[in-house]
Amino acid sequence: MRKNGVKMIKIKAKDVDVFYGKKQALFNISLDIEENQVTALIGPSGCGKSTFLRCLNRMNDVIDICSVKGEILINDFNINDKSCDVVRLREKIGMVFQKPNPFPKTLYENVSYGPTIHGMAQSKQEMDEIVETSLKKAALWEEVKDRLHEPGTGLSGGQQQRLCIARAISVRPEVILMDEPCSALDPIATAQIEELIDELKKEHTIIIVTHSMAQAARVSQNTGFFHLGQLIEHGSTDKIFKNPDNKKTQDYITGRFG
Amino acid sequence: MNKNKEQLLNKRYKAEQRFRLYGLSAIFMALLFLTIFIFKIFSTGYSAFQKTWLIVPVTFDAELMMLDQNPSKEDLQDADYYDIALKSMADLDPNANEDQENELKRMVSYFFEKEIKNELLNDPDLIGKTKEVYLTASDDLDQVFKGNYPRDLPEDQRRVSDYQLKIFDQLVANGKVESKFNISFFTNADSREAELAGIASSFMGSIFSILVCLMIAFPVAVLAAIYLEEFAPKNRFTDFIEVNINNLAAVPSIVFGLLGLGVLLAIFQLPRSTPLVGGITLSLMTLPTIIIAARASLKAVPPSIREAALAMGASRMQTTMHHTVPLSMPGTLSGTIIGLAQALGETAPLILIGMVAFVNTIPGSPMDPAASLPVQIYIWAESAERGFVEKVSACIMVLLGFLIIMNLFAQIIRHKFEKKWS
Repeated sequence: MRKNGVKMIKIKAKDVDVFYGKKQALFNISLDIEENQVTALIGPSGCGKSTFLRCLNRMNDVIDICSVKGEILINDFNINDKSCDVVRLREKIGMVFQKPNPFPKTLYENVSYGPTIHGMAQSKQEMDEIVETSLKKAALWEEVKDRLHEPGTGLSGGQQQRLCIARAISVRPEVILMDEPCSALDPIATAQIEELIDELKKEHTIIIVTHSMAQAARVSQNTGFFHLGQLIEHGSTDKIFKNPDNKKTQDYITGRFG
Repeated sequence: MNKNKEQLLNKRYKAEQRFRLYGLSAIFMALLFLTIFIFKIFSTGYSAFQKTWLIVPVTFDAELMMLDQNPSKEDLQDADYYDIALKSMADLDPNANEDQENELKRMVSYFFEKEIKNELLNDPDLIGKTKEVYLTASDDLDQVFKGNYPRDLPEDQRRVSDYQLKIFDQLVANGKVESKFNISFFTNADSREAELAGIASSFMGSIFSILVCLMIAFPVAVLAAIYLEEFAPKNRFTDFIEVNINNLAAVPSIVFGLLGLGVLLAIFQLPRSTPLVGGITLSLMTLPTIIIAARASLKAVPPSIREAALAMGASRMQTTMHHTVPLSMPGTLSGTIIGLAQALGETAPLILIGMVAFVNTIPGSPMDPAASLPVQIYIWAESAERGFVEKVSACIMVLLGFLIIMNLFAQIIRHKFEKKWS
């Protein structure tokens, strides 16, 4: 999205290094992510794209041996700063994982969990509304409105993933991180999710890690190419796919390695 | 070449067949031992659930009881029942001499006087009348009636004399001996007399011990497991703790008994022989079992659930309490029940802290002296009297029943509440 012709930058990563124990996983990553756009991160397995994604909501904190250096500015605030509260951060930055991971609770409880712990609804009625709008935005409402109190694990894989998306957007995050959200799904479910991503970018900034270059080309406006822990190239998806500057990018895009 | 292959294939099939056979025979052996064990216990124990009664006519003679006309309730309480009790036994054989009268008296339990008293207290109108009263047969005659007594031994090697046998046989022939369900086995405390001994004291002792054990071990173990699994940093110190918890689980139970003796009784001066001390000692034993079970079931909760909760902005505490712990509870609970079942069958530590003492009262709280079921088995197995043999087996049956119910409960919890995730 452009305001007065200037790209609005939502996330600004500066010189990010990530270490797993002594092994360095990411080298000097600097990347700007535009607001209300879909940014795809591509690259071969083990290139560090998921690691980078998990830096953005500090999910790497969970891993004891993992340490992150450098600055990540979200709304001009450094989330790696000591004063940053991860609970508040993750309220603003939602995440959807590779494998659908609904809580083994009812659909309703799945979606209402976030608003509950963040105290976003004052009454049952308000909560019902949040659940309904979240499920509608995730294009799941019509399929499940009659069985909100059945377990979320009883849905199909694609439905479960949309449930996870509904859960993520229930707290109205500014950014949604998606870690290969379609890799466990069939083509039809994948198409549904991709459609959904296009819809969601109106209100959220989306960063998606994907193995499928076709998917990156379909859903994203910007693309970053990672290789061996380095950000090789980034720019508009059009440019990366049609006219990349770097030879490695070209080789990867054309399927010569990876 | 082809033939070789054929041979090789045949060999592989045969190896599998042999392996299946070994497996089947192993299972068969296990079942056989179990069957023999259960058969042995049941065949010796089932008769303890029956009790032999002699039906003896008792004349409630006011004069012999030293009662005045129209006695009050208190008078009946204080009356002398010994003489009429003695007389009714002696009357079984009008020609008996003094020695024989003594022998007649020993055909019933020591409490026959009390049984006669209760009969009158229930129905004061019996004064001056004669009524046939059920008197508990002595344990030896009880065994005779159940066919467990070697009647063909020479008289001087028997505790039942020829004369007693003769009278007893007459009573049997007249239908004056009856076998009924042995309620007193469940309602009486232990007694030196086999015919009166029951498991009420040790049963209650076991229940109290297990409750104390549960109330101490469960919260401590679950908190320890949650902390170690979800919060503690993984470093050498926590590794050391983990190794030592596993070591603790392998410590022989008698060592915990010594600990209970040395610390709880000697230093803290807690009352001896009580389920309180027994329960605390058992909880030391159960603690590592529950910790290990709880940690295993916490580990079994998929990390994706934790990630999902954390990514929603739940704090670590919320993630643990809202998701991980509830999901691990079925496993933790069934582990707890298995641990308690182990504790229930534990004997050695309880003997050391004095729960082996002879207790003929039924405990009303964990602070009262009591035995426990396995210790009761041990006490009775040590007794020489023939009447205790079947009691040992019967007590084992009760203990096994208790254990089976607990394990069943653990299974039900596991199956019913276990969540399935995709």
